[in-house]
Amino acid sequence: MASIGDGSERQRIAQQRLRVLAGHLRRLGAEERPGVAAQECRAGPRTRRENVPAAPQDIMKWNGWGYADSKFFFNKKGQGEFTGKRYRLSGLILPSLKDWFEGTFGANLQHKSPAVPSLNTSAVAPPSLNEAFVEELKSTGIPFSHDTEDRVFRAHGHCLHEIFSLRDGRVGRCPDMVVWPNCHNDVVKIVELACKHSVCLIPYGGGTSVSSALECPPEETRSIVSLDTSQMNRILWIDEKNLTAHVEAGIIGQDLERLLNESGYCTGHEPDSMEFSSLGGWVATRASGMKKNIYGNIEDLVVHIKMVTPRGVIEKSCQGPRMSTGPDIHHFILGSEGTLGVVTEVTLKIRPIPEYQKYGSVVFPNFQQGVACLREVAKQRCAPASIRLMDNEQFQFGHALKPQVSSIFTSFLDGLKKFYITKFKGFDPHHLCVATLLFEGDREKVLQHEKLVYDIAAKFGGLAAGEDNGQRGYMLTFVIAYLRDLGMEYYVIGESFETSVPWDRWVLDLCRNVKERIVRECKEKGVQFPPLSTCRVTQTYDAGACVYFYFAFNYRGLSDPVHVYEQVEHAAREEILANGGSLSHHHGVGKLRKEWMQETISSVGLGMLKSVKDYLDPNNIFGNRNLL
Amino acid sequence: RCLAPGALPRRTDPVLKKRDDFEDILEERRNSSDLRYAFKCYTPVLYRGLTPCKAATLKSMVLQSEQLLHVINQVSAESGESTDVVKDEAAAILEEMAHRLQLRTIRFFAYTLSKAFKALYRSVCVNEEGIQRLQQAMQEHPVVLLPSHRSYMDFLMMSYILYTYDLSLPVIAAGMDFLGMKFVGEMLRMSGAFFIRRSFGGDQLYWAVFSEYVKTMLRKGYAPIEFFLEGTRSRTCKSLTPKLGLLNIVMEPFFKGEVFDVNLVPVSMSYERVLEESLYARELLGVPKPKESTSGLLKARKILSEDYGSMHVYFSPPVSVRSLAQGRINRSQFNLTPRHVAQKPSEETQAFVNDVAYRIVRLQQENMVVKPWVLVATLLLQSVEGMELTELMEQTSWLRDLARMFGAFLDWPDHTPCSMVVSSSISLHRNLACVSGSRISLVVEGPQGPETPEEALFNRAVSVLSCASYRNQVLHVFLRPALLAMALSNANSSRKEDIYSCFDFLRNVFSDEFILSPGASVQDFDEACHLLVKCGAVELLHQDVVMAESGRTFFYPSSLKCYEVLSSDLQKNALNALIRLNVVRRVRT
Repeated sequence: MASIGDGSERQRIAQQRLRVLAGHLRRLGAEERPGVAAQECRAGPRTRRENVPAAPQDIMKWNGWGYADSKFFFNKKGQGEFTGKRYRLSGLILPSLKDWFEGTFGANLQHKSPAVPSLNTSAVAPPSLNEAFVEELKSTGIPFSHDTEDRVFRAHGHCLHEIFSLRDGRVGRCPDMVVWPNCHNDVVKIVELACKHSVCLIPYGGGTSVSSALECPPEETRSIVSLDTSQMNRILWIDEKNLTAHVEAGIIGQDLERLLNESGYCTGHEPDSMEFSSLGGWVATRASGMKKNIYGNIEDLVVHIKMVTPRGVIEKSCQGPRMSTGPDIHHFILGSEGTLGVVTEVTLKIRPIPEYQKYGSVVFPNFQQGVACLREVAKQRCAPASIRLMDNEQFQFGHALKPQVSSIFTSFLDGLKKFYITKFKGFDPHHLCVATLLFEGDREKVLQHEKLVYDIAAKFGGLAAGEDNGQRGYMLTFVIAYLRDLGMEYYVIGESFETSVPWDRWVLDLCRNVKERIVRECKEKGVQFPPLSTCRVTQTYDAGACVYFYFAFNYRGLSDPVHVYEQVEHAAREEILANGGSLSHHHGVGKLRKEWMQETISSVGLGMLKSVKDYLDPNNIFGNRNLL
Repeated sequence: RCLAPGALPRRTDPVLKKRDDFEDILEERRNSSDLRYAFKCYTPVLYRGLTPCKAATLKSMVLQSEQLLHVINQVSAESGESTDVVKDEAAAILEEMAHRLQLRTIRFFAYTLSKAFKALYRSVCVNEEGIQRLQQAMQEHPVVLLPSHRSYMDFLMMSYILYTYDLSLPVIAAGMDFLGMKFVGEMLRMSGAFFIRRSFGGDQLYWAVFSEYVKTMLRKGYAPIEFFLEGTRSRTCKSLTPKLGLLNIVMEPFFKGEVFDVNLVPVSMSYERVLEESLYARELLGVPKPKESTSGLLKARKILSEDYGSMHVYFSPPVSVRSLAQGRINRSQFNLTPRHVAQKPSEETQAFVNDVAYRIVRLQQENMVVKPWVLVATLLLQSVEGMELTELMEQTSWLRDLARMFGAFLDWPDHTPCSMVVSSSISLHRNLACVSGSRISLVVEGPQGPETPEEALFNRAVSVLSCASYRNQVLHVFLRPALLAMALSNANSSRKEDIYSCFDFLRNVFSDEFILSPGASVQDFDEACHLLVKCGAVELLHQDVVMAESGRTFFYPSSLKCYEVLSSDLQKNALNALIRLNVVRRVRT
């Protein structure tokens, strides 16, 4: 990703990790030796902090999304700005943001709802430690901590209610301690100790969950230990003959990609959260990447998984590309959401870095035409690496994030483009919508492919709208989460949620009905301002598509905005299900969507999953209570 | 103002609902040019999701729809005919069915109907608030208009009113019989009627074309869809048991998520004098219905010289199918089959549609305006041999108060003595009642003097049944208390459970005769108790329901009116009840 590949400060931090890895990688990669040796890690007593180098809260926000140095704000002139140096948008002035923000939400820059400046550690309940467990853990030399900040940081994901409470300085039940295993064997030891001393374990990867999956069950009476996989972040070997890489599951998406790139490879798995989410997290939630059309979703990418459960370690004995050996045990692990054990090592497919990448975009007169085009592209199985369709509201939102133009000439050109599309081609600016495209491969094929897709688009009234619009569309993906933090400064709360739905007209009908339901529910629940309710199609499949909704509103005048938000989201999910959408495409179920599991997979299905849980973890050591 | 709301007692009684004021739409017609009215600028607000299209485009959309193509392929596979042949067949069906709504014809009707209505009616009163609610609903969601059906006038009047208020004109499901009328049938077609066969039981293709046609119009929000839940004009002026076919069709797009919601708008159309009153009585006595024909229509123009009093049209608030279905219908049951494959509605769905249908008919009844004559007719039928005028006055005024207490939507003029109201009613209905001296009685002679005994009997039956059709308009007000009163006199004990079970039995017996929502037995019982307690007829003592001393008048011994037994409607309903109760058995169908 061009937008994130060039942050120099981030590179500096990464350098640290890289140095540690470099030795391993060079040796193992060249010899293609199985990674057994690499898994042996030195044990020895360590004191915390010095030995826990990557305390994420040092560079990341404790009560919002992403890096502490990157955020939106309105400057003294009321212009939007994005700070930091990490993103393409960083350091730029966004002149239309204020008008869009005030216009869309009825918000006012005078009305602020600031967060508490820092965590009041005295508000956090002291840890309830299992002394026997702690004693034995000490003897293993695995680093751990019960520092309040460490605990609070791992007590939440990024659901609205979680962030909202943090901004208010409220903290619920926290893990009582955090452990940082360094390798698979460390995890085996921790799980054994946890079983022995009856401690509840909650695996923690990148902390980007949006399903309340990381929330500690308040009814849990045992000591809760957060098992942070961040130190298991090595690529253990790369196999160039079979194009696979064996990686520790704690590695963060962008690190994995960068390290592979250094050897000329990539996984191509790029979920929107890849800056912060971990490989183990992807496996545990059945993640989906933006470029799945070429590389596949996580379930298509994994060749081998190793998971530590209270019952023991589960893995397959070979790396055959496909097997007929009963139900695939990987599928018990994929999507298990930390309820069965900890994924420690994963063998993934890798691909050579594509020679050429090209962004693109197409403007359609309306959403309907756009969906029809995506359907046709899917039918002909010629989808580019990524193809996404934003509705009109999101198109307008994208415009609000257009940086100040540098010359009169560009602004003139923009004007001309707008004139051409709206006046000459007769597109209604309040209906048109945009598809963003990303092509990858060798140059010639990309150009051919591009032509093919643009030809199809033309049949549905689509007009090519340039690379720049396309690239900005993808950049939005990464900054949109930061935007929520800005909104929360001014009484605006919001969230995204997703679903997958069969083609025919359900994509369209579902989008319309859900948006309408949101608007209605807001009105009924006393929201004083019209909400922003918008959607986009982010993935296409042979038989359907993934649809992403953004929903936000101005909560001034509401006494319990989060409750209202949750009621509306609940209604929206009911509407999705009633219209033939799935419970989740890739966010997972967690605790947020648990109530619909039975309806979704039938009570027999639920019973099957429960019996697996009962066999693997009869004492509910992995007690995050997700999913079931 | 036709009806001041002040005329209705307003208490915190659940039965007494607040109703809107009426506005006479003929008033303006009498004061300004009909021609200008017919050529007025007509720009209705449209459904917000609508992309306007022509009637012909609509037809091709239907013929190309996946739903229809699926059935065409099925039919072709079953019958062995080529799909092209079946397609042509479908096209022919659609051609015969489809409307060709055009503004020119509407304007023609606007002009002629203005003339006709002014001749027929003293006033046509419409609740304007209802119109405003309707206008709002039409922009938001597809709307289905569900008027009561008492007369051929109903749908003409509906379109006329919507045109007057600048609302989208409805497309109307009409019986094929009208197509028998040369010229007029086509005129109706051009004013928005579409024609369906009375029965097409097993004809899969016909059903597919028909349902897809209706659903396409609904999904597109092309126009409000209007049909009569009762299926046919009620010859007795009682509400008929609702038919579910079309209601099923218009609700399906919501079930399948094709539209966000569908709004059902019950419309109550009440006539002071029904155009077809004596025709109905004759039909009920077995005289075949005159075939719809243009010449018949022209012959009937003599009715223009008669006075049909006033007419009331009440648009009830739109009923959202979405809110009704909340918690009743699990829409995800429709997710596992492609939407173009027709599914037989589940039992749950059928029960729901049935409940909705009854609910709508009840709403129609509730807002039906009851005229003083209805009360007079009710009393006259109690003493067919005639009665003293003074007694009539006295009893009418008693019945009026009782009807009000029971929540009837009574159009009783303010500040006018009862005697004036009654006598003006009688004079409007002089074909049914005559006053000689101080006595009033039903008109029993035929118009042409001497007659044979058979004719005399027949004519007498005609007057009784005509009169009964007016009395029937107030039955829904008294039905539940009456059933309870009957239960009280029939039951052997005064224990509440016993009386309830007797009540429930009677409800079952009369379920064809009256609109009694299935499954609402307890509610009905409670309502009946409440009303009888309120008027002092019964008392509730712990677990007992007992007759009050002052309530003796409510428990007349019932005497069957033999003339009504001649009514084919009553015979049919009685037979159905007997079959349902397993008293008799159908041997041959």
